Amino acid sequence: MQITVDLDLCESHGSCVFAAPGIFSFDDDDYLLYEPAPDDGLRGAAEKAAASCPVRAITVAAAP
Amino acid sequence: MSAAGHPREVVIVGASLAGLRAAATLRAEGFGGHLTLVGAEQYTPYDRPPLSKKFLTAADPAETRLPVPDDLRARWLLGRAAVRLDPYSRIVTLADGTRLPYDGLLIATGAAARSGAVPGEPGPGQGVFTLRDRDDAVALRAALAAGRRLLVVGAGFLGGEIAAAGRALGLDVTLVEAGAVPLERAVGAEAGAFVGMLHREAGIDLRTGTTVTAFRTGPDGALTGARLADGRTVAADVAVLALGAVPATGWLAGSGIEATGGVPCDNRLRALFPDGTAVPGVVAAGDAARVPQPLAGGDAPPPGHWSGAVEQGTAAARTLLLGEAAPVFEEVPSFWSDFHGVRLRSVGLPGLADTVKVHECDRDARRLEVSYHLGGRLVGALTIGRTSRLAAYRRVLAEPTP
Repeated sequence: MQITVDLDLCESHGSCVFAAPGIFSFDDDDYLLYEPAPDDGLRGAAEKAAASCPVRAITVAAAP
Repeated sequence: MSAAGHPREVVIVGASLAGLRAAATLRAEGFGGHLTLVGAEQYTPYDRPPLSKKFLTAADPAETRLPVPDDLRARWLLGRAAVRLDPYSRIVTLADGTRLPYDGLLIATGAAARSGAVPGEPGPGQGVFTLRDRDDAVALRAALAAGRRLLVVGAGFLGGEIAAAGRALGLDVTLVEAGAVPLERAVGAEAGAFVGMLHREAGIDLRTGTTVTAFRTGPDGALTGARLADGRTVAADVAVLALGAVPATGWLAGSGIEATGGVPCDNRLRALFPDGTAVPGVVAAGDAARVPQPLAGGDAPPPGHWSGAVEQGTAAARTLLLGEAAPVFEEVPSFWSDFHGVRLRSVGLPGLADTVKVHECDRDARRLEVSYHLGGRLVGALTIGRTSRLAAYRRVLAEPTP
């Protein structure tokens, strides 16, 4: 699975961190950090994170 | 319902975020019947949060339309408000007389701006606005572009964002708040005072503990200002009433559902009659729904937030498909506000708290971290410039309540 985040859109809402803490986190200055190629077992959480992002910054795709 | 119990004819009243998410969920989870979305506005679904923020200030406001899945296969009835529900014969009636039979119905009509009866209010187009939908935002945007002095009545989240937008556009801004600090009931005195400090630092003339008692107009009927309860006057050529929202459920009058404070729902978002029995085939979601809040120990007024519309729209669709087998709806509410370049983020229901703990309050760095407790139990948290601290609170809030 491949995760991409448009960091120009990201407003640090945190919904993705709530939905998929295994993939997304913040540094101390609220900048988003994420694992771009997480295990497929996290697919459900990743999709929930994408669906709950208020600015639709997250794309979930199959691994290339 | 068909023999299998699945609905064949689903009507969604309310073509905004909750309704769209419900429609998408129905299709994604295999609903093959007819799907109709009814919208009072002429627009396909759009996002509301930007309307009080970037939409007002950006030179070229970005498209706020929400993406509609290609495979939705829905009939859209837009610009046509629902006016009546007969839950016994299962028919929704629209303003133009169209009758829509259903075996599954989602009520997602959202909320409307609370109106304030202020004497002397000028007529439509003469300077006094409310902000709820896209047409409101287009009109307010034009007024702010031409205006010099903005008066915002009500320093809640919406009022604060509009006042900040006015400042960003270079207007003189007066923000009038009945409470001692902004947002006191929503987030407590501590966070409210911090927000008030941010407003004043941005150059907003924040007047607390007072209200507008009358508007003033010039010979041409246009707004010139307002008189306040403390006897002072404020000059203004644009005013916005930001006095909160009320569920847009008036169309349910006569249906047998008592929905003045939002459609009462059970924990699968099934609409309830006053005697507590479920209205057959009817669910509700978003700002129009009054859903059980475990943090509140029962139901609570709709907090009216973006994430609630998303989560409830999804959950209500599952209940239409699965009935009793649908998962129980458990959401930790969350909301946000952006103003003066800071990001306020919150989880839970801070308004329930009997105790507020301030963990960080750094005025220079514009950072705040506050937690909210009721009877010793965590019920919410709020940060400004510290979203990184919220996830830990949310984990605790998501644990089952005793």
